[in-house]
This record gives sequence, C-alpha cells and structure tokens, in this order.
Amino acid sequence: MMRKERIDRGVRVRTAGLYAIASWQEILYLVGPPLFLIVGAIILPILLEFAPYWKRVINIVCVYAIIALSFDFLANFVGLVCLGGAFFVGIGGYLSAIFNVYLHFPVYLSIPLATISGAVISTVLLMPALPLRGVYFAIVTLMYPLLATRVIEALNIMGGTNGIIGLDSLPNAYVEHYMVIIVMLIFLYGMRRFVNQDMGLVIRGVKDNDQAVRASGISVTKMKAFAVFVSSFMGCFAGAYIAHMYSWAGISLFALDFSIIPIASVVIGGGGTLLGAVLGSFILVPISELLRNFGTFRIVIYCVILTGFIVFKSEGIMVYAMRKYHQFERWVKV
Amino acid sequence: MSDDTILSVQGISKTFGGLKALMDVSFDIRRGEVYGIIGPNGSGKTTLINCITGFIKPGGGKVIFKGKDITRWAPHKIAHIGISRTFQIMRPYYSLPAYKNLIIPLWSPRAKTVGGWRGGGRHGDRDTVAVDILEEIGFERDSRVPYKLASTLPTGYQKRLELARCMAMRPEIIFCDEVFSGLSMSEIAGMLPLIEKMKEEGITLIMVEHRLRELFRVADRVMALNFGEKIAEGLSSVVIENKKVKEAYLGKEEV
Amino acid sequence: MEIIVYGVINSVILSLMALGFTLVYSIARMPNFAHGALYITTGYLAWLFMNSFMSLPYPVAVVLAIGITAAIGALIYRFVMIRIRGMEISEIIATYAIGLAILEGLRWGGLRGMTFTLPPFIAGSTTILGVSVDYQRLVIVGIGLATFAALYLFTHFNRVGLALRGIAQDERAAMMLGIDSDMTAIISLALGSGLAGLAAILLLPLGNIIVEVGYNVLIFAIAVSVIGGLGSWAGTILASFIIGFAQILTEAFLSSHYQMVVALLAIIITLLIKPSGIFGKQKELEERV
Repeated sequence: MMRKERIDRGVRVRTAGLYAIASWQEILYLVGPPLFLIVGAIILPILLEFAPYWKRVINIVCVYAIIALSFDFLANFVGLVCLGGAFFVGIGGYLSAIFNVYLHFPVYLSIPLATISGAVISTVLLMPALPLRGVYFAIVTLMYPLLATRVIEALNIMGGTNGIIGLDSLPNAYVEHYMVIIVMLIFLYGMRRFVNQDMGLVIRGVKDNDQAVRASGISVTKMKAFAVFVSSFMGCFAGAYIAHMYSWAGISLFALDFSIIPIASVVIGGGGTLLGAVLGSFILVPISELLRNFGTFRIVIYCVILTGFIVFKSEGIMVYAMRKYHQFERWVKV
Repeated sequence: MSDDTILSVQGISKTFGGLKALMDVSFDIRRGEVYGIIGPNGSGKTTLINCITGFIKPGGGKVIFKGKDITRWAPHKIAHIGISRTFQIMRPYYSLPAYKNLIIPLWSPRAKTVGGWRGGGRHGDRDTVAVDILEEIGFERDSRVPYKLASTLPTGYQKRLELARCMAMRPEIIFCDEVFSGLSMSEIAGMLPLIEKMKEEGITLIMVEHRLRELFRVADRVMALNFGEKIAEGLSSVVIENKKVKEAYLGKEEV
Repeated sequence: MEIIVYGVINSVILSLMALGFTLVYSIARMPNFAHGALYITTGYLAWLFMNSFMSLPYPVAVVLAIGITAAIGALIYRFVMIRIRGMEISEIIATYAIGLAILEGLRWGGLRGMTFTLPPFIAGSTTILGVSVDYQRLVIVGIGLATFAALYLFTHFNRVGLALRGIAQDERAAMMLGIDSDMTAIISLALGSGLAGLAAILLLPLGNIIVEVGYNVLIFAIAVSVIGGLGSWAGTILASFIIGFAQILTEAFLSSHYQMVVALLAIIITLLIKPSGIFGKQKELEERV
C-alpha cells in the first residue's frame, strides 16, 4: 500500500512565525505571491497599452472579482449562498444613475453614495431571510434580480427597458482602470484581514455553529445582517462602477452573468480563500470575452465548468496551488 | 419563592407533535447552589434546558430570573443577562486553536459590559484574556494545549473548553448539559474541583447528568424527571431513595 | 364567478408546477433549482418529437418526453448530486448551475419566439357557471386532481411509495430498516422531474415554449413550496390555492404584471410570520436561528 504524505516545506515552517526569517529567499517566499498580484494588477493597464480592447477587459475582470469576493465571503465565511449577485450590482448601478443623472451629483459622490445606500437597501430587503437557516437565503436572492427586472419592465420606471442613459463617465481611462483595481485590492486584502480579526472570527462562528454563538450572547441575525451589508457593499460598488463605465444603467445590470460568473469564479478559484475568487475571475472573465459571440452559450460553459469543479475538484485551484507552494508530497509505503 | 431564589421555573410544558416532552415542570434555584437534574434517557432534561435558555420556545409556563420574566426571550438575550449553558453535543470551532474559541464569547456585549474585557481595539488583548480563562479552567498555560487546534483536543479538554466558553461570559448561572458523560473516571476526578471552584466564585450551577454518583458528590439538591414530569426533588440522598426514581431507572418491580 | 373559476384553475396550475419541487425536497432534502429547466426540457422534447425529423404522434411524443426528463433527473442525481450530498452550499450551486446550463443552452439553441408551441389535448371551449373556459384548462384541473390522488395512493399503498415516505420522515431510521437512501433519492428525482414534465405537457399549450417560462415556473414552484412549508405536500396544495387566488384577484383588480410580485411578497410575509410555512411541522427547531 502506498500513501501520499504531505509535509510542510522547511521555509514554510520557519516563516510561520514572524521571527524566523533568515534570508532573502525566505522573505521572497512570504511576500512574493502577494507582491506579484499587487504589482501585476497595477502594471497591467500599462502593459496592455497596445491592446485597448483588452485594457477595458481588465476593468470587467476587476468588477467580477469584486462580486466574486462578495459571494465568497457570504458563502464560505457566513454560510449564506447568494444566487443573486446581480441584485447588488443592479441596485448599485441604478442608484448611482439616479444620483448622477436625476440629482446631478458628480461621479466621485454618486459612486460612494450609491454604494452605501445600495448596501443599506439590499440588507433591509434581505432581512426576512436572515433569521433562518437553510435554503431560504438562496431562494430569496434568486428571486430578487428576476423580480427587479420584471417590475422595472412592467411599471416602466427608471427608463423602463431602455434604462437610464447619460451617466457621467470617469474623467479618463487611467482613473477608470486604477479606481477599480485599487478598490479590488483594498477589498481583497481588507477582507482577508477582516476574517481573521475578532469580529471576523465571530462571523465565521455563525457558519460553523450558530448555536454556540447565540449561547455566547451574540445575536446571529445581527451578525448575518452585518455580513450581508459588507457583501452587498462590495456588490453595489461594482454596480455603481459599471454604470459609470458604460454611462448607462439598464435591466441588464440584473442579468444572470453577474450572478453566475462570480459563483463560477469562486468555485474554480477555490472557495474560502478570497484570493481564489480573484484568481477565478482573472481566468474566467477573459475566456468569457473570447466567447462573446456565443451569446448565452457562455453561461452554459460556466455552468458545466462549475459543476465539474464542484464534483471533481471541489477545493479549487487556489487551495491546490497553496498546498503545492507550502508543502511537498511524496509517496510512502504503509 | 424565597429571597435567595435566583431562577424560578413555573409550570414549563412542551409538546412535540403529539409527544409530551415536558409537563408542568416547576422548580426554584437558589443563588450559589449546585442543582442536579437527573432522569433516564428521553425524560426531557435537555428539552428543559433548551426551554429555559430560549433555544426552544416552551408551550406554557414561565421562567423568572431575578424577578424578571424571561420566558420566550431570544437565546442571545438570555445569555446576555447572565444565563449560560453548555451543549451536550459539543461543536467547538474545530479549525481554530482552543484559545481562539473564546474570542466569540469575549467579543459579546456581555463580556464587554459585565466582564469589562473591551479588547482595547488591539488584536492581542482578547487572546491574552482567553488564555487566562483557559488556565483558570485547567489548561496548563505553559504547555501547548491552549494553542492546539480544538479538533485535536481530547474529550476532557473539549468539555473544559465548553465550560470555558461559558465562563468567558462571566455568567451568574451555568446550565451544564452532561459535562461528565463520555469522560473517564480520572477525567471526572479532574473536573470535580473545577465545579467546586466555580461554586466558590458564586456561580449557580445546574447540572443535567447521567452519572449519578459523581453528580451526588457536588450537588446540593437534585430533581428527578421522568417522561417529562418532575417526580422528585430534594437532597440527593433523599431523591435516590425515592420509589418513583428507582422505578424510573430500574423499571417497575413485578408484583 | 370568473374569479372563482379561474382562481381554481390557476391554483391547480400552480400546484402542478410545485409538486415536483416539493416531492424532491421532501424526500431527498434537496432544493432542486433545476426544476424549471426540466419543465422546459419536456416541452421542448415533446415539440421536437412531434415536429422535427421524427414527427411522432402526440401521445407517443408526450410519454417519451416525460420519460426522458425523468431519466435526466435520475442521471443528475446519480452522477452529480450523489457526490455532494450533505454539502448544502454545493448542492444549491450545483442544481442551480445545471438548471441554468439547460435553460441557457436551450435559449442558445434557438428556443425563442413564437414557433414553439404544444397542441392542447382538446381544442375548443365551453361555459361553466357562466364563465367561458377552454377544454385544455378543464383537462388541467382534471389531470391535476387525478395526480394528487395518484400521488396520495402511491405514497400510502405502494411499497416504493412507502419507502419514499419513510425516508422523508426519518432518513436514518429508514436506512436502518434497509431502505437505500440513494436509491430513493434517485427515484424521487426521477419522479419529481417526471411531474415537472407532466405539468409542462399540460400547461405549455396555454402559451409558447420559451426560456423565461422556465424561470417563472421555478419561482412559482419555490414560492408555493416555501409558503406551504418546504417539503409538505398538503401545504403545497393549500398554498397554491392561496397564491392562485391572490394572483387572480390582483390580475382582476390591478394588472397581470403583479403576479410575480404577489409570489415574492407572499414568501417574504411567510418568512416573517411563520418561516416553517403553513404545514411545516416541527421545523421551528431546525430552521429558525
């Protein structure tokens, strides 16, 4: 009988604490990957100077990465499966359109305002499902975006099927790129920090064992509401940004793409790592751009990939890569 | 109801579907005592705790804590006013080190107000307090035990961790749901002084137990439940001699 | 009068949509978010068999379509769900993804517009209680009621049916009595998909076969099951009458656009007041945090 054995790399063991960094290699081992990601994300727009089409794709990638972060946080740290990421996007987008077009707020005001007020509205609307365990949250989030589309179409409010046109676009392409890249990095590393803070531990406790959290005198519903707020905050920012990027807010903001691509990114990238969500978006969204001509067939492709990963490689790429990075494996005789 | 009554349970009833899990159970708990609740399997002990601590809404009856009616309160509110509980089926946060398990109760509003542990905004503070509490509850500070993953702890330590989670709340009453079950004799022997110590600190303990002999060594008074009904109450030596209690455990003697 | 007659019809329609979803949830404890997709699949298959290269006669095409849908349901469980049982997050995502893949795949394959329709059983109409009703709607009510009866008899007097009910009530106890829980789950998914298919064959003649209908069916099915109490059959039927009449009333007094809003409002009110639904028995313990 052979058995696979996994052993932490020596450098991993030494760098697990802060005190034992002895060489450049070890420092590089620690800060290399995040540095690669941050620097990479920042110089990417410059690198792609000669491919204007793909430059725009960076923005979309980052937007999806933000929505994926919001999904990953809710699903794998709080235990709420949100099937309607598009709902946050739509709310954020429409709100910023209202602020910008109807109320004539400048871009730098309408995006933050839409983000915050959108998060508040989303949280309030999702409140009824929060005191419950099980599939209710998934059900309600599944229904909201579909419903929002129908209501807007039926009542012909907020521009009806045409949407609200004429949002101010961002001053120039570089502001457009760096705004979303920086916000994405802030969300990514902010969330990674947050989930290990005391409050983050409490929220993770809600997922593991809500009974014990309640027995500790903490209201589970409040914690969940806070988590939904954080998550919808990210989603609404993404929506507000997109609306300004396209200078347009329409019902396609509630479209399935915004719900399913982030889920697929998280599953492929590796749930519960947050980095995986970003990685997944960087893989999936460019593919999606390549398949632009296939229309809704793209969704079929994501769904097939997604199901395949859930069934055959549920840990995702990120967890796999981290294991390879931190540990080596060998076969031993048992 | 005398002056030193801290918790008064009056006529609690609960039915699940057609099954009567609790029928009109009443008792008073005095401040600072160790009160045992015994009874065979399925006699409604855990349901009783769940009803009092708010995890199940009782069908009828009242729970009065220090003169305040707390029936049907949400569990976190009941915990907040100082009634803590352990769970029979322990589920610590396995993926966290033992001391990190205490972050959650230490983060709670009660720990901030009553316990005075504000955490101070810096990340380390709660960790120190957590290790202090674990030491109090019998984790050797200098060993690696408090820093081990909760999933790797032996059952005895997991039970202690459950108690530590309660202690972190600085509670007035702790409901212990079978803390002795699944432990070896020596582990129980290690737990008994702990119970004495908590009692000395003025915490009222209500212990639901299967292990009668160990319980009788610490309990001041005992109540026996059978099929959801209170069948006896009083000093442990009296209760154990009660005919109904014997019948409940050993079955009716054939006449 | 119109309201009563159409209310009853609409209620039966809703419960037909929801029965398959409820059946799967009650037995396999799995929310089948692919329900709407299976519904549309049956309609599309029936159309394909009747109109394309095969041009089979109506009854054959219909039976074949329902059979294939049931098989798809069973295959979904056998090859996907079986590997992720118990992991709630994965279950939800996987069924949702499969449903989306089917629906959007059909949309991409050209399932749009007015070309896709199924013929009714019997054309024409009659008057009942002074209201004009076409025969198809009467057939729906008739077959709907027959389905309820058949399901009741099946689960109460048939060995397989009893096993299903056993699993639904207490999985572990049923397993100890030698009931294979995976097998029953496969059967339940096949049955649930078959019911979705039956509903599709009955209801689709009332409109076009388009992808949006799949989403609507899913939403209505979920709404009805949540309000009736997830997994409770009696609740499902009662809830479909409540929503069915509520929808007809809003349609009569407001506009048909609000049908979907009614469904969502009903869900939210249920979640706020009695989350376990009308007939959710002892779920207070499991579900309310």
